[in-house]
Amino acid sequence: MLFDYPTLKLIWWLLVGVLLVGFAIMDGHDMGVGTLLPFVAKDDVERRVVINTVGPHWDGNQVWFITGGGAIFAAWPLVYATAFSGFYWAMLAVLWALFFRPVGFDYRSKIANPTWRKTWDWGLFVGGAVPPLIFGVAFGNLFQGVPFYFADNLMPIYTGSFWALLNPFALLCGVVSTAMITFQGATYLMHRTEGDVYRRTQTAMLIFGGLLLLTFSAAGVWLWQGIDGYAIASTVDAGALPNPLDKEVVRQAGAWLANYDKYPATMALPALAYAGTLAAMLLAVNGATLAAFVASSLAIVGVIGTAGVSLFPFVMPSSTDLRSGLTVYDSVSSHLTLNIMLWATLIFMPIIIAYTSWAYKVMAGKVTAAYIRENDHAAY
Amino acid sequence: MLSEQLVDLSRLQFAITALYHFLFVPLTLGMTWILVIMESTYVMTGKTIYKDMTRFWGKLFGINFALGVTTGITMEFQFGTNWAYYSHYVGDVFGAPLAIEGLMAFFLESTLIGLFFFGWDRLSRRQHLMVTIFMAIGTNLSALWILIANGWMQNPVGAEFSYVTMRMEMVDFWAVLFNPDAQAKFVHTVSAGYTTGAIFVLAISSFYLLRGRDVEFAKKSFRIAAAFGFASVCSVIVLGDEAGYSIGEAQQTKLAAMEAMWETEPAPAGFNLVAIPNEKEMKNDFAIEIPWVMGIIGTRSLDKQIPGIKEIRETNRQRILSGQIAVTALEALRKNPADSESRALLEQHAQDLGFGLLLKKYVVDVRTATPEMIEKAVSDTIPAVAPMFWTFRLMVAFGFLMLALFGTALWHSIKGNFADKPWLLRWALWMLPVPWLACELGWFVAEYGRQPWTIYGVLPTHLSVSNLSVASIYGSLAGFVGFYTVLLIVEMYLMVRFAKQGPGSLGTGRYDNEYAHA
Repeated sequence: MLFDYPTLKLIWWLLVGVLLVGFAIMDGHDMGVGTLLPFVAKDDVERRVVINTVGPHWDGNQVWFITGGGAIFAAWPLVYATAFSGFYWAMLAVLWALFFRPVGFDYRSKIANPTWRKTWDWGLFVGGAVPPLIFGVAFGNLFQGVPFYFADNLMPIYTGSFWALLNPFALLCGVVSTAMITFQGATYLMHRTEGDVYRRTQTAMLIFGGLLLLTFSAAGVWLWQGIDGYAIASTVDAGALPNPLDKEVVRQAGAWLANYDKYPATMALPALAYAGTLAAMLLAVNGATLAAFVASSLAIVGVIGTAGVSLFPFVMPSSTDLRSGLTVYDSVSSHLTLNIMLWATLIFMPIIIAYTSWAYKVMAGKVTAAYIRENDHAAY
Repeated sequence: MLSEQLVDLSRLQFAITALYHFLFVPLTLGMTWILVIMESTYVMTGKTIYKDMTRFWGKLFGINFALGVTTGITMEFQFGTNWAYYSHYVGDVFGAPLAIEGLMAFFLESTLIGLFFFGWDRLSRRQHLMVTIFMAIGTNLSALWILIANGWMQNPVGAEFSYVTMRMEMVDFWAVLFNPDAQAKFVHTVSAGYTTGAIFVLAISSFYLLRGRDVEFAKKSFRIAAAFGFASVCSVIVLGDEAGYSIGEAQQTKLAAMEAMWETEPAPAGFNLVAIPNEKEMKNDFAIEIPWVMGIIGTRSLDKQIPGIKEIRETNRQRILSGQIAVTALEALRKNPADSESRALLEQHAQDLGFGLLLKKYVVDVRTATPEMIEKAVSDTIPAVAPMFWTFRLMVAFGFLMLALFGTALWHSIKGNFADKPWLLRWALWMLPVPWLACELGWFVAEYGRQPWTIYGVLPTHLSVSNLSVASIYGSLAGFVGFYTVLLIVEMYLMVRFAKQGPGSLGTGRYDNEYAHA
């Protein structure tokens, strides 16, 4: 095997991060477009323009989400089992919100009835806005620790309620996430539209960019001043067979910022979040929409990277049975499985990026009202 | 202990969502290749009608595909939400094919489906055909990886239990990949999908012909469906037989249950064409038997025996007793990892650990299991015979009915007179629901037949669930039933509407029933 077990564990932490970032950049921009849909497009043709900017791509983009889930199942089975069953109603809400997307995109324009179409427009809004909101709330709860423990046979047992997840800090993180995704959708939509839709989207872009800067800063200050982090108190044997019960964990003020002291280079991530957002806003206002999209994508790397580095080495700390908290060392699959999955990712990820780029290249250019009228039967 | 109600509700939710998802999957699998055939003909002949066929049938394919995607995400979520212990216990093995499915297959089909619909004017003919072909390949690879995962549930090869991590761990990826069960299931399942796609096109084309509409379009579609369908249904039947032959204990138990074979008969065993199984007395009250056939199907030989239910029960009783020792040793070892005596015992009985876990349904400390509990656990190892026996026969009967239809359709298609045979067209139209029924019955035989296990011989179903409140599952079940009912109504409405309107819905001006829809 190319890498030893401790290295592979770290690589998989990075790879899960890459998949999350990929999801936020790719599926994020079409979710953002869905969120903006009812607000930046006034009549039916404008709405179809907006929908068709992502029409050929949303399905492929959604696979980032599905593959991310599959990769967590394969690489961090304990996280998959604990998070999905513990956050039961939150996960179902994400799932049910996602139901509106395939049918919303594909069925909406097949029937001319205005009520039918408006209903699906709001469906696309729900499918675009709810998942990032809930993922943000979930991250907000990770920082505070999640109430769960493992039984003797390693059955994860969640002891909290759904409503406790909706606490103020978590909701703030939900706003950060929604602002980030909607901002990403806005830079993309500006790149693919013109005229009134473009102008309204520009306004939305400025609003959500500003909101992202504001809430990201607020969450950072809150995390620094008001939230106790977690730290491993026992020595970590990174090469050991994963057993989440075999460690000691303490709750500590400021623990979530410790990595920035330890590895100052990681400060680049929050800096990237700010720089990317500001650059994207500036570029977009000056009409450099493609560069703006790249910049807002970098902002996503910064925001998600900041969250990941702050939590490291934790993935899902427990607030009630501290030692049960899951880390990158003890929630992972076997050495062999991590190795196989690494190869699968290394082989297929470049291929995926190649044909996805080709698909965008084929469909490049502004989506116009004239295009919608000419392709009345075929377009979404 | 997890309540029986929790386990039953979790199973019910999984069954409902899986059966529902499987309403859309087979049609997707079949339609992609039919689209490839139609579009290849277009590229080769340059005749516009074949392009229109690709686009029209593609439209119906798209309506179906949307719900396939929608309901597929449910399946991926559900292992985590409702089967958390399962996810932990076998995620090391089972998660990998699911993740690779995303990377290798689902990305490909989902990215290209966008170009299939929107790329007609932006790609050359050949480029677009390549898109359609790779979309079909992606779809079928998707099925391959899902069935590798599912095949491992039936025949868990290439993995070992680790008492430190308290789970199954992969030791041989190639064994998981080339699991004979997975390969047999894959070819049988995709062929069933191809048959479904073929009946879909055949039935709707027959509808146009009966109405005398879009005759050229319908005739060309009918011919393609008849030829493709005949090949597919032959393959379903032949490869279904291959699935019956597959080795492995899960298959043996299923085979005995679906054949209502209580006794181990001298080889070659007979096949019960019909029977009335009596579960209580473990015999058939009535049976019509065809000698030799079962032995030949099941073993490909005249001298190998097939174990009957009573023999399997005795084998399993021994395994439960051995598993009892394994579970006891494992629990001691978890408390004291230095306990070398328990480690030796566990190693010695490890292959029966899953059978010991069956006792957990009745008692927390398996050492204290009473003879009655052991007897119950033994009975649990055989799925209920009557449902297996009848669903299997119904599925096979549907298979042969479709073979008859496609045989006749192909015959008259070669003779070129099918359009003048209203009885044939009407027969084809009425057969429309049959492949779906056969597919759902097939799912039932395969998955109900695996009970009481999620992973045969390794992890009992009753231990696999998430620790949720019964109220939560009632709530989510109600949500799924509500969403799925509405989605089905919407989907059926659109499907029927566009199927009825026919190729006129393309708005090309070349077909009957043209009217603006927007």
